[in-house]
Amino acid sequence: MHDVATKEFDIELRLLLEALYLKYHYDFRGYAESSLKRRLAQAAERLDCATLSQLQDRMLHEPALFPVLLDYLTVQVSELFRDPSYFRGLREHVVPVLRTYPSLKVWVAGCSTGEEAWSLAILLREEGLLERTLIYATDINPTALQRAEAGVYAVDRIASFTQNHRLSGARTSLSDYYTAAYGGAVFDRSLKGHIVFSDHSLATDSVFAEVQLLSCRNVLIYFNRELQERALGLFAESLCHKGFLGLGARESLRFSSHEASFTPVVPEDRLYQKR
Amino acid sequence: MPTPRPAPPAGRVDAIVIGASAGGVDVLTQILPALPTNFRPAVLVVLHLPRKLPSLLPEVFTARCTLPVHEATDKQPVQPGTIYFAPPNYHLLVDRDAKGPLLALSMDAPVHFSRPAIDVLFESAAAVYGPRLGGVILTGANADGALGLQAVKRRGGVTLVQAPNIAIARSPAMPQAAVAAGPVDFVLPLEQMPAVFRAWGDGGAI
Repeated sequence: MHDVATKEFDIELRLLLEALYLKYHYDFRGYAESSLKRRLAQAAERLDCATLSQLQDRMLHEPALFPVLLDYLTVQVSELFRDPSYFRGLREHVVPVLRTYPSLKVWVAGCSTGEEAWSLAILLREEGLLERTLIYATDINPTALQRAEAGVYAVDRIASFTQNHRLSGARTSLSDYYTAAYGGAVFDRSLKGHIVFSDHSLATDSVFAEVQLLSCRNVLIYFNRELQERALGLFAESLCHKGFLGLGARESLRFSSHEASFTPVVPEDRLYQKR
Repeated sequence: MPTPRPAPPAGRVDAIVIGASAGGVDVLTQILPALPTNFRPAVLVVLHLPRKLPSLLPEVFTARCTLPVHEATDKQPVQPGTIYFAPPNYHLLVDRDAKGPLLALSMDAPVHFSRPAIDVLFESAAAVYGPRLGGVILTGANADGALGLQAVKRRGGVTLVQAPNIAIARSPAMPQAAVAAGPVDFVLPLEQMPAVFRAWGDGGAI
């Protein structure tokens, strides 16, 4: 493990992030430094670079390595119906309001490999709302987006997905929505017709649609406060009047200047409504 | 056992990071409630816990401690004299902004099969607090925290390990790994820890 607790590492980190931005237009300069450092130290080690400066050199001159690094820089951890109580909160407090709209737009920001987007599609189908809904699932990592769009998950994850789904207040069986084949569970194509997978950066891009529900869970923890402010600003701008925002279980608007723009709906599940 | 070094300068420590695993609740129950209301450093604790269960630690320790106790929330400013526990299934790290140190969370891969991991907290806190950090390794059955404690030391912080031979919880592996990883400032039995923490906080003699 490279020593993240040195001043040289701090200097090299800044130079590397600047280089990635100039060369590849990916902006990690507003990411939370502490976890970024660990992930870059791991990447450097895996790529046999003794220092971040060496890693920077290789990133500039070997473009094929950039996707490898991108996988270190963007964290892919999710599961279907993760934190089931969040989805229960959506069913109980958000769905009744969503029913009042003739058509719906939902934004899953930082969708990674897609688990959250597929979960919402299933939930909205169960609640009879999917037919009038378009879900935008966005991320900066093209490899993750491809996996999200494929909607194929390892069969050994299905047991935990099924349990989560049941705890979320399921009205159907999860097995109604996937076909198991060749060690993978392939999620239903008829759900996919309602999801648009697209590249979008919360660090550099702007708002692209007005949405009634925005789910962005465990993404803001990777941002520093400044970038969190930017992202929350985009969210506030994108949400319709009285639209809903869902964050991760340990994320909070409490330390943000946007707190006053939202009312907590289910505080323990981090569900907020725009004022 | 290394010789304890001379008493540190006044108020040398702004934060204390503590790592514990198997047997940790018992041990923390003997340390944290003994910290007085005027205790100044922040106390950040990683205790290995099951991933899917809610942590009862904030409730358990709020009832016993005079200091305020919180489960860490992302981007929460670190307040002096406050105890923060890492939430289950998240790494706890320290970051900083213009106003000072902040708590940060991540869902990065487990380290030593653990999330939260002690090494992750200690290395990030060492980078932010430098010499004004105390690192403490308590009972546990693995090697998490050994590298982190060395990172605290390299940045000039002060380090303490629970004396393995008296480790309460039949789990001296973690203290032993921490001592084996490199020089440690203090190896002490549990009873002496609150006094040492107070000394770090107000700069008095141990």
